[in-house]
This record gives sequence, structure tokens and C-alpha cells, in this order.
Amino acid sequence: MMKRTVPLFITAIAGIIMILSYFIPPAQSWGEDVAVWFDILAGIAFLLGGGNLLMIQLRKMSDRQPGWGYAAVTAIAFIVTLYAGLMKVGTHPSAEFPNRPWSGSYNEDGAFYWLYEYAFKPLTATMFAMLAFYVASAAFRAFRAKNIEATLLLITAFIILLGRTYAGVWLTDFLPETSPFRLEHIADGIRDLFTTVGTRAIMIGIALGIASTSLKIILGIDRSYLGSKE
Amino acid sequence: MYQALNNLDRRWIFLVMAIVVAVPIITQWSFPEKVSKQTRDAYAEVERLQPGDRVLLALDFDPASAGELSPMATSFVYHCATRGAKIYFMSLWPVGPQLIEESIAKVLKPDFPDMRYGHDYVNLGYKSGYEGVIKVIITDLKKLYTTDHRGSGINSIPMMAGVESVQDMDLVISVSAGYAGAKEWVMYAKTAYPDKFNFIAGCTGVQAPPLLPYIPNQMPGLVAAIKGAAEYEKLMAEQYGLEDQPKYKEGLRRMGSQMFAHILMVMLILLGNVLFFMGRKEARR
Amino acid sequence: MKRETLIWSIIMIGGLLILGVRFAMMGGFGKVYVREVPVNFVQVERPEVAEDGTETGESETVWVAGGSPEEAAAGAVRTGSPSVNWTKREAALPKQFNAREPGVIFSLRDTIGTWFAAFLTLSLFSFLYRDNAFYKLAESIFIGVSAAYWMVVGFWSVIVPNVFGSLAPNFVRSWAMPGLEATEPDYMYVVPLILGVMLLWRLAPRGGWISRWPLALFIGVFAGLRMIQFIQADFLNQVRNSVVPFVATEGGRIDFGTSIWNIVSVLGTLACLTYFFFSFEHKGTVGKIARVGTWILMITFGAMFGYTVMGRIALLTGRLEFLFIDWLWLIDPTGTRATASLISTLTG
Repeated sequence: MMKRTVPLFITAIAGIIMILSYFIPPAQSWGEDVAVWFDILAGIAFLLGGGNLLMIQLRKMSDRQPGWGYAAVTAIAFIVTLYAGLMKVGTHPSAEFPNRPWSGSYNEDGAFYWLYEYAFKPLTATMFAMLAFYVASAAFRAFRAKNIEATLLLITAFIILLGRTYAGVWLTDFLPETSPFRLEHIADGIRDLFTTVGTRAIMIGIALGIASTSLKIILGIDRSYLGSKE
Repeated sequence: MYQALNNLDRRWIFLVMAIVVAVPIITQWSFPEKVSKQTRDAYAEVERLQPGDRVLLALDFDPASAGELSPMATSFVYHCATRGAKIYFMSLWPVGPQLIEESIAKVLKPDFPDMRYGHDYVNLGYKSGYEGVIKVIITDLKKLYTTDHRGSGINSIPMMAGVESVQDMDLVISVSAGYAGAKEWVMYAKTAYPDKFNFIAGCTGVQAPPLLPYIPNQMPGLVAAIKGAAEYEKLMAEQYGLEDQPKYKEGLRRMGSQMFAHILMVMLILLGNVLFFMGRKEARR
Repeated sequence: MKRETLIWSIIMIGGLLILGVRFAMMGGFGKVYVREVPVNFVQVERPEVAEDGTETGESETVWVAGGSPEEAAAGAVRTGSPSVNWTKREAALPKQFNAREPGVIFSLRDTIGTWFAAFLTLSLFSFLYRDNAFYKLAESIFIGVSAAYWMVVGFWSVIVPNVFGSLAPNFVRSWAMPGLEATEPDYMYVVPLILGVMLLWRLAPRGGWISRWPLALFIGVFAGLRMIQFIQADFLNQVRNSVVPFVATEGGRIDFGTSIWNIVSVLGTLACLTYFFFSFEHKGTVGKIARVGTWILMITFGAMFGYTVMGRIALLTGRLEFLFIDWLWLIDPTGTRATASLISTLTG
């Protein structure tokens, strides 16, 4: 009962409170309180994530799994950053409370700021910047006009890619400024009409799907989030 | 030639892409931008602000999307400050407060030295919970934000007087890279309280199409992708004489690389298809 | 020598040579400067003033900036507490250092940071050629720093002010958050604290099922929140947005352009929705309508692809700008350095 039944009840009660808070004004504060608990749990989930990561890396190191050296690097980077942030290493007190050493912001001009500015920021940005290369490679290898649908997709992609830059303006510059056949106007038209229509239909479908899935979860019909039957 | 291209090592494509993006950056080529209606409508919304109006500026992104969103965030901060609005910064992303402090250091401190922290702008910081944060602050902001990001008591901040929730704002702007972001603001704030405040957003290219159906009823305008940022900068430069201020033309500078990279993408797709059809012809023979 | 090794050697040696030449030509690059601003606070005792400006007759003890008008104000007397000093560091430009502005110095730690950031950037980019030790090192650092960053943010942004600050406000105010206003504990916050501890039980070797309770709260709140708002914002509002007049008028006359636009919009939405009806076969008229819906969806995906490409390239541009502007000092679009950039020197 403790492992499956109580969680089902918690889900149902939490979901019903959130729904009721929309329809019954006096219940609005219950919804706010539950949402605040939810927000706090989301913050605590960061601790869970970090703790889980450290556990995995330490296990890799102790088992001497292949690549355990990199696990050591991860663990060291984790512990150093954690220490710098939790201990507010190198930060100054706030101007409002200068006599309180811990009153300063954790990310203002200390070791944690240095790690953010010169490790976290470049690494995060570069990881995503690499996607530009993969998108180019995928465009060359995978996008084939095999049928009408694929051809439509590619033609639209060309219009958007060119129309959203000066290249599109230059290509149809011979047309009058207000002509709807200028590439940039065609790109805007595709965005405002077809893309909006298509996304709207997808949105309506997703909304209905989420409503039905949420109802199934709240009513306990869908129990997949509880994991294995133990 | 056909075989060589068909079996082309993708690293050559990577190299060409790197050169095509790098050269315009180094040569600082830039091209004129035409402003779209969507960006103009978003601009008009901020332009409507009067001195003393309250703007909630949510920087819901991280360094991974800063290449696209940082220029528009800078523009929004400058525009709101120029209109004399009181700016309430916050973020739904953990790295947001850092980016807020960067915007304050880049725009407000050097160009608006008369604006005082706590009186004209405040950094409320980050709270975890994604849309759960919006759900709380839309009716009771101080329930979740008991202090600002710098640790000052929320009621000790002069500009928080009279602000009980997001409904007390005149305009909410979300600069958004994904989840949680503009879509959540539309769903949990603007849709729930459609007449209380206005809302506009800036977003990445990836996020733009899913936000289009909200225009114009829930959101009059949208600054979409680096192109939108460049258009917004153009409007700002024309109206506020920022032509000689390069830090407010970051998006415009990046459009040079953007154009050449887009042309490369079109050529790669065309080349790939030419090879595909040639291969089909060979196979039929 | 293997081809791969040869290519790596050429890249490394070539890169080092280019860096060396630039260093010699420019007298160094990738340097960061800061302005050091000494900060001094003193404690004074002064008459307490109410919000309306009148004196209350009591006195208050506050910290004010040393040498400020507040310290010299009438009635303000220094207490015996020692002053608090530190040095604030603000970003400064190379041209301010070259102009010998007061307080502007070369920052070794930030310069090392910039070079470290460049090393990490290039290490990640090296994966584009081949997986290698530098990439793996950078990736490992990334994972460790990111996870710890999020933990620190969660701790100082949420756990301390909202949990500890609600349950033991006086204790939290005494060491971490002097600005906290609450004075009485709010014991309702014991619930999220207990649930949080249960969530962390997932890390324990046994009893991991305990974490299902807070997880159930998560799921329940998400389900309840999303069910209502998705129906309101993404279903009802989108249906309302879809309903537009087939005959649009402007100034008493039929606006054919808008009318056609609206007709295509409504019929297009219906066609796309027809495609999503999988509970009956797409044959005959339904099949044809669904086909039209498919075409509209393909146009949508084509546009999405175009926007995605735009986004990804902008991110790459951002990183290359960091390498060329902040590290290599190849260009200077924002005029931070008094000396001309290399390119403008070569191109005139």
C-alpha cells in the first residue's frame, strides 16, 4: 500500500486541488500552496541530480571501469564547483549588510563566478554551437526530394532560409517593394499562414492528448510513473 | 566526381561551414535588414510604455542560446529603460540571474547611471518549478519571492510597494529559449488573465513556429530568432540614434554570417539531391 | 606517420605558430582588465527617521559607505565597530588600461580564465574532426561543473530562502540572509522539507520506493496544472483563433485578400486536424482532405527546419565571435581596444 496506493492518492489529491483552484476562488490559495511545495521540490531535485551524478562517477572510479580517469575529472570539477558555490568562496558581503560575510550573492565575483564565466558558459554555448555543423551535414546527406511531401518541405525550407536574410531581398529586388512575390514577403506569408495553421492543428491535437493523459494520471488509470511493480 | 561527392567525408562539410561563418565575422560584412510586421508590433508594444510603467522582464535562457537571445535581451532592456519603465527582472532558468546581472552591467549601469537598483530596476532572481512559478506569482508574487536575488527583503525594496502579483505589471516580456519560457507565460499568465497586462516575447528560431498561433490574440508581436533581434536593433537604432553604438548592433553584425551560412545550406541540400537523382538514374540503368 | 597523426600534428603546430606570430606582433592578446574600486563601510548611530520624514525620537545603528554624505549627516556618530573593507572589481576595457585610467589593472585570473575558456571551446570543437582526449576532458568538466552549478543555484535560490527561511527565519537571517523579513516560523513548510528528504532517499541503497511519494506530488501537480491550461490556451483559444470570417470587409467593401486568407486558414486547419484523426481510414474524400493536411504540415515542417537552422548558426556565430574578439583580438567591432585590429591594419 505504501509503495503504490499512497502515491496514487497523493497524485489524485494534488491534481484535484490544482484543478479545483481554477474553478473555486476560495480554493485558489490551496493551489498556490501546493504549487509552492512543487517549486521547492523542483529545487531539491537539483540536489538529487547532483548526488546521483557523484555516485555514478565514484562507482566508475572504484570499479576501475574503462574511462574512470574522466569520471575522476567529472567528480573533481563537481566537488570544486559545489564547494565554491556553497561556501561563497571569494565573494563579498552585500552593500546592505557589509558586516555579514555570508550576505553577498553566491554568483558575484568569486570563485563560483569564475567557474560560470570561464567554464560553464563556454562549454554550454559550444556544445550547442556544434549543432550547426551537424545540421549542415544532415542537410547534405538526408534531405531528399523523394516525393511530393518531401519536395514541399524542401522548397519551403529554401524560401525561409533565403527569405529571412538579405539574400532573399537581393534575389527579388527587381520586383516592386509591395509585391507579394518578393521572397521576403513569401517567407512572411508562409510563416503567417501555413506555419501558423499547421502548428495550430498540432497544438490542438497535443492539448487534447495532454488533457486525456492528465486525467488518466489523476484518476489512477495511468500508473507508469510509479515504475516497476515492487 | 560523382563518387567523390557521394562518399564525401562530412568533415569537409564542417570545414566549409566553419569558413563560411568565420569569414563574414572577421571581415565584419553586414547587410541592410527589412523589418517584419511581427517585430514591429512587438516594438510598438514596448514603445507604448509610459514613465513609471512596470515591466516584468523574464530572461528565460542560458548561455547555450545567448548567441541568439542576448542581442534581443540587450535591446529590450535598453528600450524599457529609455521609456522610463520600472524593470522587474526574473528568470525561470537557473542561469538567468547571471544573465540578468550581465544585462544590468552592460546596459543600465553605463548608459542609465541615474537608474537606481531597488527604485528603478530589481533582480528578483530565479525560482525552480517551471510553470509552477508562474502559477504562484500570477496571484501572489511575494509568497515565492521573499527576497530579491541579492538577499534584500522583498518589502524593503521601494519599487515592490504596490506589487502583489504579475497582474500588477503593465507589460510582461519573456526572452525565451525553450521550456520553461514564452509558451508557459502565454498559457499560465496571459491566457488566465488576458486583460490585466500586455505580453510580448523574444524567442529562438526553434521556438518560433510553436508560438505563432498565439499571435495576435494572446501576443501582439514576436521577436523571433537572430533575424528578429537584428530587426529590433534596426528600429532602435533609427529611433534612438544608436547607429554609433556597436554594442546595440550585435544581432545586425551576426546576420552577415547568417546569410552566407543559409546560402551554403541551400547549396548543400541542392547538391545532395542532385547526387540522389544521379544515383537513381545510374541504378535504373 | 599515420594520416590522422599527421593531420593532428599539422593542426597543432600550425595553430601554435599562428598564436606565436600574433602574440609577437601584438604584444599579447586575450588579456582581460579590471577596475579595482575600494569599498569601505562604517557603522554609525543616528536618529531614526520614519517614512514620512519625521524623527521618531529613537536612534538606529546602520552601515553606510565611508566618506559618504550619510556618514557626515547631522546626528550621525561612528560606533566602535571596525570598518569593513574590500575591493570591488568591475570590467574594464583594454583602451582604458592603455590610457592609464586610475584603478584599471591587468587581471591575471580573468586572463587565465579567457584562455581556459578558449581551450575548452577548441577542445569541444575538436570532436568535429574526431573523438579525442581533449574533447573527453572538456566534456567531463562540463558535466561536473553543470551539475554542481544547478545544485548551488537550487540551494541558494530556493532551499535557503524558501525552506530554511520559512522554518527557521531567525537562524537563516543571522548567518545567510540578513534581509529576510519573516520572524515567525511557518510550519507548513515542514511538508515540502519531508517530501524533499524522501526524494533524496532515491540515492539510498535501499528504500528507493520512498521517493515515489514526492514524485507523485510532482506528477499530480503537473497533471492538474497542464490539463486546465492546455485546454484553455491551446485548445479553446486556438479554436477561437481559428474561427475567422470567410467574408472580410473593410470600410464597407469586401476585402478579397483577407477573405481568401481566412478561407485558406480555416480549411487548412480543418485539413490538418483531419489528418490527425487516426480512428478511421484515410480513404476517399477523407483521404484527400488528409492529404491536403499532410501538405500543409510539410510546409510547416519546412519552415520549422529553416528556423532551426537559423538558430543553430547564430549559436555558432556567437562562439566564433568569442574566439576572434575576446581571445585572439582579431577584430574589434565594439571599439574596446585603442590599437587597430589586425584585419584593419592589413586591409587599411
